[in-house]
Amino acid sequence: MVSSGVIGWFETLGLGDRAEVGGKGGSLGELTRAGIAVPPGFVIKTAAFEEFVCALESQAPVRARVAALRAGDLAAIRECSGELRARLQGAELPPGVAAELTAAHGALCERAGGEDVAVRSSATTEDASDASFAGLQDTYLWVGDAAGTLDRVRSCWASLYSVESISYRRDRNIAEDQVAMAVVVQSMVDARAAGVMFTRSPTSGDVSVVTIEGAWGLGSAVVGGEVTPDRWVLGKITGEISVREISDKHIEHRRASGGGVEAVAVAEERRRSPCLTDAELGELRQIARRVERHYGCAQDIEWAIDSSGALRLLQSRPETVWSAKDAQPAARVAADPLSHLMSIFGGKR
Amino acid sequence: MPMPTAERGFPLPSSLKVVPGTEAAQAAYPYYMQFTPGDDSRFWFYNSMHFPEPMSAFDMVTAEAAYCALGAANTRVHCLPTTLGIDYRILNGRVYIGGNAVTDPAEIARRTEEFKQRAFYYYEHWEDLYKKWREKMLALIGEARKLPKVELPEFEPLEHVRAGRGIASNHYLLETYQKTLEGYFRMWHHHFEFLLLGYGAYMTFFAFCKKAFPEISDQTVARMVAGMDAEIFRPDEEVRRLARRAVELGVHAHFPEGRKVDDVIASLENAGDAGRKWLDELATSRDPWFNINVGDGFYHYHRSWNDDLSMPFAGIPGYIRLFQAGESLERPVEKLQAERRQLIADYRELLSSDEERGAYDQMITLAHRVFPYVEGHKFYCEHWYTNLFFNKIREFGALLAQNGFFADTEDVFQLTHFELESAIVDLMTSWSTGSPARGPQHWPQKVAERRAAIKEWARHETAPALGPVPDIIDDPAIVMLWGITRESLDAWLDAGDGGNASAEIRGFAASSGVVEGPACVVRSVEEISRLKPGDILVCQVTNPTWAPIFQKIAGAVSDIGGSMSHAAIVAREYGLPAVVGTGSATSRIKDGQRIRVDGGRGVVTILQ
Repeated sequence: MVSSGVIGWFETLGLGDRAEVGGKGGSLGELTRAGIAVPPGFVIKTAAFEEFVCALESQAPVRARVAALRAGDLAAIRECSGELRARLQGAELPPGVAAELTAAHGALCERAGGEDVAVRSSATTEDASDASFAGLQDTYLWVGDAAGTLDRVRSCWASLYSVESISYRRDRNIAEDQVAMAVVVQSMVDARAAGVMFTRSPTSGDVSVVTIEGAWGLGSAVVGGEVTPDRWVLGKITGEISVREISDKHIEHRRASGGGVEAVAVAEERRRSPCLTDAELGELRQIARRVERHYGCAQDIEWAIDSSGALRLLQSRPETVWSAKDAQPAARVAADPLSHLMSIFGGKR
Repeated sequence: MPMPTAERGFPLPSSLKVVPGTEAAQAAYPYYMQFTPGDDSRFWFYNSMHFPEPMSAFDMVTAEAAYCALGAANTRVHCLPTTLGIDYRILNGRVYIGGNAVTDPAEIARRTEEFKQRAFYYYEHWEDLYKKWREKMLALIGEARKLPKVELPEFEPLEHVRAGRGIASNHYLLETYQKTLEGYFRMWHHHFEFLLLGYGAYMTFFAFCKKAFPEISDQTVARMVAGMDAEIFRPDEEVRRLARRAVELGVHAHFPEGRKVDDVIASLENAGDAGRKWLDELATSRDPWFNINVGDGFYHYHRSWNDDLSMPFAGIPGYIRLFQAGESLERPVEKLQAERRQLIADYRELLSSDEERGAYDQMITLAHRVFPYVEGHKFYCEHWYTNLFFNKIREFGALLAQNGFFADTEDVFQLTHFELESAIVDLMTSWSTGSPARGPQHWPQKVAERRAAIKEWARHETAPALGPVPDIIDDPAIVMLWGITRESLDAWLDAGDGGNASAEIRGFAASSGVVEGPACVVRSVEEISRLKPGDILVCQVTNPTWAPIFQKIAGAVSDIGGSMSHAAIVAREYGLPAVVGTGSATSRIKDGQRIRVDGGRGVVTILQ
């Protein structure tokens, strides 16, 4: 796949490109190049967004309008958001961008053998590792054709001006001209099950275990908290499964007949069966180790598995909670190795 | 002991009653192991790990000798800073023990200085001292083997008379008995010479791992430390070797499943050169490797493989089938070692800094240095020597039975070691005076009474612990040897509070994997033959000598034991799911019930 002006195929991208393709786009590129199975796709770079917004700015201010808002002034933010989102949603894509995007979409469909794609926001700020920010933008699943894709790209751009997004930036005093939005377009995984995994325990911070959570259908049900996922804890090195919590998964997110996603009740007999086999858990653990090794730090990962059992990663980002803590070493190297023994023989008091 | 908590506790020792009708049997135990009113203020727990069944009067010698030596090592030899020895009591045949903690900071400081001069010296010279230890131990075994046969001739042999020996055979009975007993007490000193120090180094590494990796499983730490060529694996390796040789020599058809040992041997004796050759191979395996008990070596009836070949022979048919199916039967020691190295390196890589990695290296290096002792000593002490000891006592039993003291040789184990000495002196006297011995009038009734008491006691469950629960358990000996912590006591209390209704039983995750199957609740070694392929073994304490049947069963559950127990080590090698230290599996699981063992989580679920 040849990348052109505003399109970057995953194979050509990496974390170093985050300024142009956002955190999610950079991470998907990085994973692809590291040989990790990721659904194929491309990114519409921030340049396309710039071009789009510039055209709008020439009619009326966009960024200056947001920058003028006072943090916490929710009424004003709401009014501004409504106005800007309507403007973005109603504007035509720059003709060059639309042409490139349509061509890339065609190439992707040919490659993947199907029309269905996911369109996902991939915002960027100066601090591109800020995961919380990434969570505020929209993702659209099961988007049908090129026209639909174009429309959803515009929706992603517009989501940068959602009430939550604007509030977040105003609260943190993030400069508007440092904010840009790239958009990821990738083939849909027809997920039999999907979820998240953490290469560091969310509960104890232990780096020697991988915690895997998953439920039936698309991962959106897990990420959105609509279903209590099954949960496993595996030894990162040993593969031992120390925790198996199989929960009642009453709904699953599936493709809606007219495109998009719907929540469907899960048949009684599947509700309490584990959504992954031990072999699949083992495979996920191996992937988690590879990804973590590749990045050199703990990762939070989104995954999906299709009906053929093929695993795909949809996202990987650095773990932020435990990494931010200033952990004390469990012990320090001692001048006399025997002095360690006093931790046992010396008593706890 | 730490201050007891008021709100929760176990029954007081004084509230426990001798089972009616067994008072005389209880009174037979020496006075210093009976509970007294003052014992109510202390915490005690039932040592079902070592003594899961009621103890006969003679077998209590194991507790005496062991606690004498353990206490000496802790209190006087290495001067452990925070603990002295372990006190023991017996009630209804059950051995309760209690730690003796040092709590005064000044005393701890004083003992710490002593400890560093003594224990640290041992760590620094570990290899040398351990080499000496083996020599001492082999010499002790040699002496025990050299003890004369226990017998009384009608007339003193002529050659003794003409050689001017001067001392008659009856005297040598006493000498042999006293040497036998003395050797056993001595052996236990050897046993504890290194043991706590070895466990301490392991626990140091273990505690570090739990801190650095809060969710690491006990068994993973154990795998990082456990050796690959410990003596304890050897008996089972010999059984595998014999199975392989049976196929190679073409005599494997003589080992159909279920055939009695005597019949197998008889048919091999008639199988020409090949049969004889195999029997020669058997003889080389037996000495010394079949000097291993089918229990932990703490009961006279835990006979060795040499005394009863049915245990090793039970494993041979299965191994023959595996070998014929193309499996090598060799333990892949090099592969296991490489895996262990990789495991250690992989965890090391996860540590956060070079500072932490340096500490990890120091601790695991020490653990590896000391662990061969922890793993190796059992074969020499609890198995080989103990086997010689009980068999020597058995010779006295046979002689006394011949002289009408007992109906059966095994009755000798119903006497305390003091009483046995008195019976021997009685016999010596009668041999010398020519008058009838008094014993035949005295012992049979007592023996019958005590046998009946043991049977009765075995029918009664006993409280897992007695007295007030300490706030914290800070005694390294108790934590290391019995795996008892404040948390495990709380779990026991919960079980007593009606937790029994739950279908889940928790213990230590000893060997990962999930398996379902029918439970075979085995309360004593004699019941092992009931195990069918696919059964899940549920027992009070698993033992490494049960290894040959591990190929047959689908999983193992025990009441007592930690993740570093030999049973756990062997289970991991067999890839057999195992949960140990459940406290109550044998009383809560019914024979034949379907259960699920999740060895990775340490949970047993009763399914029906």
